Amino acid sequence: MTIDLLMDNISGFLKVPALAFILAGLICGITLFLVIALNALIAVYAERKVSAFMQDRVGPMGQGVGLHAGKWGVLQTIADAIKLLSKEDTIPALADRKLFIIAPFVIFITAFLGLAAVPFNQHIQIIDINIGIFYILAVGSMGIVGLVMAGWASNNKWSLYGAMRSAAQIISYEIPAGLSIISAVMLAGTLNLQEIIHFQAGTIWGIFPNWIIFNNPFSFLAFFVFFISGIAETNRTPFDIPEAESELVAGFHTEYSGMRWAFFFLSEYANVLVVSALTVICFLGGWQSPFSGWLNSPAWGLFWFLSKVIILVFLMMWIRWTFPRLRVDQLMYVCWKVFIPLALLNIFGVGLWSLIAG
Amino acid sequence: MVLNIGPQHPSTHGVLRLKVRTDGEVVSEITPYLGYLHRCFEKHCENITYEQVIPYTDRCDYIASMNNNFGFVVAMEELMEIKVPERVEYIRVIMAELNRIASHLLALGTFGLDVGAFTPFLYMFRDRERILDMFEMVCGARLLYNYMWVGGLSHDIPSNFEQICSGFLDYFEPKILEYNELLRDNKIFVERTADVGVMPADVAVSYGVSGPNLRGSGVNWDVRRDESYSIYDRFEFEIPLGQGQVGSLGDCWDRYWVRISEISESIKIIRQALKGLPAGDIGQALPKKIRPPQGSIYRRTESPRGDLGYYIISDGKPKPFRLKMRSPAFASLSVLDEISRGWMISDVIAILGSLDIVLGEIDR
Repeated sequence: MTIDLLMDNISGFLKVPALAFILAGLICGITLFLVIALNALIAVYAERKVSAFMQDRVGPMGQGVGLHAGKWGVLQTIADAIKLLSKEDTIPALADRKLFIIAPFVIFITAFLGLAAVPFNQHIQIIDINIGIFYILAVGSMGIVGLVMAGWASNNKWSLYGAMRSAAQIISYEIPAGLSIISAVMLAGTLNLQEIIHFQAGTIWGIFPNWIIFNNPFSFLAFFVFFISGIAETNRTPFDIPEAESELVAGFHTEYSGMRWAFFFLSEYANVLVVSALTVICFLGGWQSPFSGWLNSPAWGLFWFLSKVIILVFLMMWIRWTFPRLRVDQLMYVCWKVFIPLALLNIFGVGLWSLIAG
Repeated sequence: MVLNIGPQHPSTHGVLRLKVRTDGEVVSEITPYLGYLHRCFEKHCENITYEQVIPYTDRCDYIASMNNNFGFVVAMEELMEIKVPERVEYIRVIMAELNRIASHLLALGTFGLDVGAFTPFLYMFRDRERILDMFEMVCGARLLYNYMWVGGLSHDIPSNFEQICSGFLDYFEPKILEYNELLRDNKIFVERTADVGVMPADVAVSYGVSGPNLRGSGVNWDVRRDESYSIYDRFEFEIPLGQGQVGSLGDCWDRYWVRISEISESIKIIRQALKGLPAGDIGQALPKKIRPPQGSIYRRTESPRGDLGYYIISDGKPKPFRLKMRSPAFASLSVLDEISRGWMISDVIAILGSLDIVLGEIDR
């Protein structure tokens, strides 16, 4: 919606349609990049602080005079970014240079593209396509190409192991994620993200918000299947086997350093954002207020959307700092023998439910 | 594929190099390469006096220095037939058991880290810190104590030590529950460790594995009870044995369970020792010059890693003629290949973590 609006405005003074399109695209792209950078900035700080509080530490703190990371260490991430920017750019001698350089950008672009279709409130959404969910899932699963590229190009056994593991993991977890999304799509009867959110307006029995998670027991289950598969797709503990620190050193990005590594990091947090956003849209009512009919203006919409996303991101961090990591075969077991049958059952259940309940 | 794990790797617990032959993720052969920390401990000891050996024993198993001191001085005192004062014996036992707790905390924390749980590691470090603070209070050092001397101790304990120590125990005992909630009862942790790296009792015995690893396989053997030294025969404590509660006997989970239960037993011993701590002088039996009579002795003690043995040959001079140290972690490491064949790389890391090796002691 935003990009169309921008184009209309720009066409007012710029008469060449192609130029207007490029200009509007650039503005949206830069804004999105800033959003991702800001997200990483906040998420990294939050991750440090959340993990610190869970582990009985204080986390980054600014102390003393001179150069330090600000009050409560709020500038820590900026200091990190400066450090990463000023690092030497190393490429292993035996690496495949071209692939090695491209890989971080491939991963970053997929996360970037996914975010373009996310509706932040009634109006803020870069493109409103009528196959929104399908688009985000499709773009998101392209990230694996980048991971395998990075793992292969590094010419390092650890990287290769990490890449192979993540290829197996992400492709497997696409399936339960996709299948549980279908439950939501079946209820809403559309693939368009805005329409799915509109479907979730109103209340159930006048108390609960009419979110898909509360719609019926099967969609309640589907929420958990989707969220856990989402954690697995973003490679976070307990599913972080592709970069398992204690086993594979750093997995597919073992050989990366400096700003190239930072791009992996940026896209990890962007992916976390996309997965949480998708969960919120499909199951938790998107920008709908939890108090049906109240506080539903666009500004409040943004607030509700972001708070729901933040809660889910916090949940992910909580899980990360509590659980050990699964083994490769156990991960596959959970996916193929637990989640996929469960997701199929959910589809069946949701279908039956909507048939009976109307 | 041949994979080099280490010497620079996050979970080799020091500078250990493992050459791993794998088929995909499955491990078919492991060859440990040692010696990155070799400091000629035994040869070096032939050129220094007996007093000077004690700081070197600190540096062997640097996680449990008190226990290393303890083993050496017990062997020396037996060789020289010295009877040390009661107070010294009690303080030594308290220190050794505190150090056992600290060592097990580190072992379990890094074990958790190896299977991917970061938080318990920091919880355990938080509590280990308080034990190290107590050691600092007693002898000024936090890691390498040089505290137990032949015939006595370097310092007496401060007057408020008993109070601080029992305060710590009261604080610490409920924390064990916290660790167990995070690791022992955690479904993912159980999945990762139950039935993994099973070490049958006969394999353990034939490789000379000792300590918690051996007891994890269900062998009832503890030097503190079976070849009692110092005053361990005066205390009531149990020897936890692996029972294969969640998997089979001798798996990684059992080794975790034995260690966490031993922590509780150590607390019991310290409580009893604090209660019975007599007053007195700590330096009565301290010889002016250590010149043991001609002869030899082999004495083993229970360090947190197992049977720590010192074989000392004396020719009557102030320097040992030959000194041999039996390292328990060395035996534990040698069994790694046997018990991890057919498991995955992730499991090898978990098994290595559960064996609790210290490279300073293996390489000496």
